[in-house]
This record gives sequence, C-alpha cells and structure tokens, in this order.
Amino acid sequence: MLELRNISFHQGDEIFLDDVSLLMERGELNILLGPTLSGKTTLMRIMAGLDKPNSGELLFDGVSVLGMPVQKRNVAMVYQQFINYPSLTVFENIASPLRVARVEQNQIGIQVAEVAELLQLTQMLDRMPDTLSGGQQQRVALARALVKKADLVLLDEPLANLDYKLREELRAELPALFAAMGAVLVYATTEPTEALVLGGNTVCLHEGRVEQFGPTLDLYRTPTGLRSAKIFSDPPLNSVEVECVAGQFIYAKSRQPLGIKIEQIPDGSYTLAVRPHHLSRKKEAGNEIEVEGNVSVTELTGSETFVHFSMEDSPWVALLHDVQDFAVASTVKFYLKPQHLFLFDSLGVLVEWQSEINN
Amino acid sequence: MASIQLQSLAHRYPSAPDYALRSMQQTWSDGGAYALLGPSGCGKTTLLNIISGLLRPSEGRVLFDDIDVTDLTTEQRNIAQVFQFPVVYDTMTVAENLAFPLHNRGIAKNEIEKRVADVLQMLDLQDRANDRARSLTADDKQKISLGRGLVRTDVQAILFDEPLTVIDPHLKWQLRTELKKIHQRFQHTMIYVTHDQTEALTFADQVIVMYEGAVVQIGTPQQLFETPEHTFVGRFIGSPGMNVLSCEVDASDAIFAGKRFSLSKTVDASASRFELGIRPEHIKLSAGDGMPLTVTALEDVGRHVIVRGEIEGTELSTLVKDGDTIPQNPHVSFDSAHVNLYADDYRVASGKGG
Repeated sequence: MLELRNISFHQGDEIFLDDVSLLMERGELNILLGPTLSGKTTLMRIMAGLDKPNSGELLFDGVSVLGMPVQKRNVAMVYQQFINYPSLTVFENIASPLRVARVEQNQIGIQVAEVAELLQLTQMLDRMPDTLSGGQQQRVALARALVKKADLVLLDEPLANLDYKLREELRAELPALFAAMGAVLVYATTEPTEALVLGGNTVCLHEGRVEQFGPTLDLYRTPTGLRSAKIFSDPPLNSVEVECVAGQFIYAKSRQPLGIKIEQIPDGSYTLAVRPHHLSRKKEAGNEIEVEGNVSVTELTGSETFVHFSMEDSPWVALLHDVQDFAVASTVKFYLKPQHLFLFDSLGVLVEWQSEINN
Repeated sequence: MASIQLQSLAHRYPSAPDYALRSMQQTWSDGGAYALLGPSGCGKTTLLNIISGLLRPSEGRVLFDDIDVTDLTTEQRNIAQVFQFPVVYDTMTVAENLAFPLHNRGIAKNEIEKRVADVLQMLDLQDRANDRARSLTADDKQKISLGRGLVRTDVQAILFDEPLTVIDPHLKWQLRTELKKIHQRFQHTMIYVTHDQTEALTFADQVIVMYEGAVVQIGTPQQLFETPEHTFVGRFIGSPGMNVLSCEVDASDAIFAGKRFSLSKTVDASASRFELGIRPEHIKLSAGDGMPLTVTALEDVGRHVIVRGEIEGTELSTLVKDGDTIPQNPHVSFDSAHVNLYADDYRVASGKGG
C-alpha cells in the first residue's frame, strides 16, 4: 500500500504539487488523469524517489520511504519514450532485471516467455531493438517493467506512442495482468477514454492539485467539480454560463430564458454542463431541455457525427450515433434529459437538487 | 495546389529483403483532403517521405500536375510539411515565424504583411502576433507550424505527419476542427498521416488504409465503415472493430451458428475460408430475439458499454448505449443489410436487407 500525506513540491515560485494526499492499494490500478503540466510526472518522480517533496510524507506498507534512494526501492518505471538497451536482443532486454536479481536461468526463460507472449513479442525475442517498430520497442520496455515484479510500477503515458489498435488490445489485457501482479500500479494519461477502458481508480489532477479521487466510473458519472468534469470528458464537456433567479434559469450572456425551473436552488451564477453524447436530435420526453446553436463544422467518422456548434458564443459539440451532415452556419436544435444535466456553482462545485426540473 | 500521381511506385530500403512499399498506382485530386491510415510499420511514413521528396523511391514515378518530380528535392517541389513536434523559432514573434518562409523567397514586404495577417486570422492568433513564440503553448506552436504552410500561396500540397500526437485531448479537438474549416474554405491539397482513426476519418474526404506496405482500401469514412473490402480494414476501423466470424456458404446464403443470411449474389464456393463481417453497431441485443449470447465481459467506456460474448464458441462484440440495460437472457440479431461476406479476407458479397 502506498500512502501520500500532504505532499507539496515547489521550485521557487512555481508550484508543481500542492497538498496531495492519496491512498493506493496493491493489485489496484490508479490512473493519474490530467492535461500536460498538471503534475502527473512530478507525482510519479516523487513516488519513485527521484525527487524529494518540500513537505509531506510518503509511506510504503506503512513505512516511510522518503529518505530511501531509488535503487533501494523495488520500483519499475515505463516512460512514453521507450528506453531499451540497443546492444541486447529483445530477450536479453526483457531478462535484464531478472539477471540483476540473479534469478535462475530456466526461471528467466519461463518468465520472459510469459510476458513476451502477453505483449506479442514471442516472434521477436532474437531481434535487436533497432530493427523493431516504435510500438514494438515500447512493448519491450513494458515487458521489462512487468517481468521485474516490482512493488511499485509507474507507467507514464506508456501507450501514447502506440497504434490505437494495439493500445486497444493492451488496454483490454492490462487490467487483468495488473490485478495478478499484486503491485501498486500508477498509470499516467492525458486521455479520458484510456482511463475509462482501464477502469480502476482515477485521480483527476489540475495544476498540481487533486480535484477528485475515486473509482474511475464514479468519477466519470458524478464529477464533484467542474474541473474534474472537464478533465474527464472526450469529446470536451459542453458548458455555458447561466443565472438563476427564483428557480428560473436564464443564459448569462443573452439574458434569454432556458425554459427550465429547478426548485430550492439559491439565486446566483452557475455553469450548466452536458456531455456531447447526451445531446439528442429527438425529443423523447416532455421535460427535455432544448438547446440551439449555429453549426461551425461537422465531422463524420463513417458511423458517428460530431456536430460543432456555437451555444451562446461557447463552443459546443454533439456526438450523434449515425451519419448526418449539417451545413455550416445553419441552426441546429438538440435535446437533453434533465438527469444528464450538470450544474456547478460559481466555485465550480457540483450542485445537487432534489426536486423535479420543470419546463 | 496540385494533383498527385504515383505511377508504379514501390520502395525497398537498400539492406532490406522485403519491400517497405509494394507497387501502387494512385491519383489524388487537386484540393482533396487525404489521410494515410495504418498501423506502425505499414509504410505510411515511407510513402509520405516519397511524396515530400525526403526519400527517393527505388521504383516508379511521382507526378505533381502531370510533371515528374521524382528527382526533385522537397524545396524544388514546393511542399509544406507539419511534423509531430512543432518547428518554431522561439526567439521570433508569432508574426515573424509566419513571415519567415516568405522572406526566404524574396516576396515584397506589403504582400508578406497581408498574407501573415490573413493566416493569423485564420488560426485565431491575432492577439498573439507580437508575442515571442517561446511563450506559447504546445498547440499554439503547432498552429504556427501549420500557419507556415498556409502562408505560402505557391505550395503544391501540405503534408502532415502525425501532427496531433503530442497535443492534449481537448486541444486536439480544437486544432482538428480548425484544420477542417481551413480545408473547407481554401481547398488545399492535404495529405495527413496518422495511426489514429478518429483523426483520419474526421479529417479526410478519402482515407487510404495501408497494411504491410500496400494500400488495402481507399474510400470515404462511410465506405470504410459500411463496406470494408478486406477483413483488415473491418477490424482496423471501428472501436471495437468489425466482428469477423467463421461461416459456411451455400449458394447465395451465408450460414453462421445455424442461421442463414441471404447474400446479394451467389458465391463461388472454391475459397478456402469464408467469414461473415458484422460491426458491433449493427448487432441488436434483446431478451429473446435471435441467437443466444454468452456474455464474457462488459467494458463501460462512458458513452456506451462494450459487450463481449460468445455464440457457439465464437467471440463477438456488440454495443449498448449509455443508459440502456443489458437483458437478463441476452440474444443477438444481426442487421442483415449490414452483413458482409469475405472469402480469404476479401469482400465478395454483401447481405440482403429485410
């Protein structure tokens, strides 16, 4: 079990991590999700012992490891930029941590074969890394980290340079593999879809702070704040500024009514948000909310349509599960079910309501 | 801008035993948006480098507007390129970065100013014109790389090599739609190399799917989705890809798990292997209608749940929309109009609707 208590890290005026507390169990996957510079890599470096925080405590299985050098900790790391030994074969690359640990020769063969099979490297064990494609080289680096049976495995965007089909396969395989390893696993990514496929727990990071931490699907379905809702949305979350007066909502910009009423909501400014796939062209129930905008561009994938439109000057996108083309600058209407509506207060905190939404 | 012709083009690296690119014959029209899509090692970057002039093909010719450019350098070909990592001069301002390729070509000062202003507006960078490039974010830097291609009116084509790979997901959406708008307005010939299907499918009018050094299909995103000509295309396009199910053929029927599917025509039974292709999106899940499905795994990816299961031992995936429930005793039925039949991996017939 890895425990971070009030970890802060800064250099001069620049704050990289601000009061981070997390508890990560063995056998569970913990995803660090956030954009570039949100603190993912810094956090991993501190976990590994490569950097020392300015304040806070780091415990592994209840023992403080802050003063322990990285060589003494049983840590494996995989980076986005794959690193292999160029003069060793694929087999020897994967076997290298086992040789360092003086594992028996026949055990080495068995363990390398196991991970090679999993990562589809069996045919390539005799080759040199520079004769492999980028994706294959990254799988070698991944295999070396997995074979080491470390207590703490840190994966920093390990699939970012891989083909998406291979990523799909690896993402499907990795959770079971991770569960079997019994290590504390930390996996950094910028991509919400990747987090969703991998499951486990997710930490939403924003400018060095933890916005939310919990089971991945819970975070996706019930973000507690606007920031984690935005970080955890691909395509991007649609949002618009609104104001509430006596339960009635109006758009902050145009002052036009939204046509919805929620009882027991204090007067004030709010952000209304909805995920792109919850916008529908058809009105299915009486209490659905109508939104309207001007099309800026339509993207067709062959099976789905992304309609980009401007809602009260905010860029919105709707994901439709079929192919429909919309002319640029034409007006489009979409409907959303009240249960798919997120409302955040002026501090970006999710507002929950008890009563029905009325039109 | 120009049309691009590849005549009997093939390439083999000097020391390699196999062709990196197998012989191809292609004509890409002036003003088109093309994407080269395929897994790593499929030859897409080799092909792009041959078009840009970074690599001379070992066989065949490259023509721009019927003029042979095979032996010309990138500069002589007048090609603009945007790479995975933005190429900008940090000490120059945004406007100076954009003007740079024009200064190099000795264009008059007022003409340069006019074009730079146009491009700044196009990319929504007017407010940053006089900022040093070093202060920009990664996506704004990538916009400048793109802008340097757009600022030149004489370029034959703009080539993109995985331009959004290092960009954060949210900004990817922005840049991609920006690019799409620019293409719709100005109709530059654009060739875009990527391994990301969403990028390829949303950007291109025509997607060129490559596999092991060969072009396996060229088509609109919809054609690649609905009628993949090769099982590779069916599997590669779509997330999850098309289900490819081993089946039998009896004249104009395909038989899978005891169920007959009428085909558009009678099929020659001499192929060694027949497979039925059906996309997860075209499989309906219900309580008791169709073939019984043994569910093996559920993957909730937010916008939908991927249902993995088996029918008589054959693995198959389908989708359930966010909010819909999975029935207790699930059965599946295929949308017969969206079935395709493959003989030794090539599409030979489609299903009859109704």
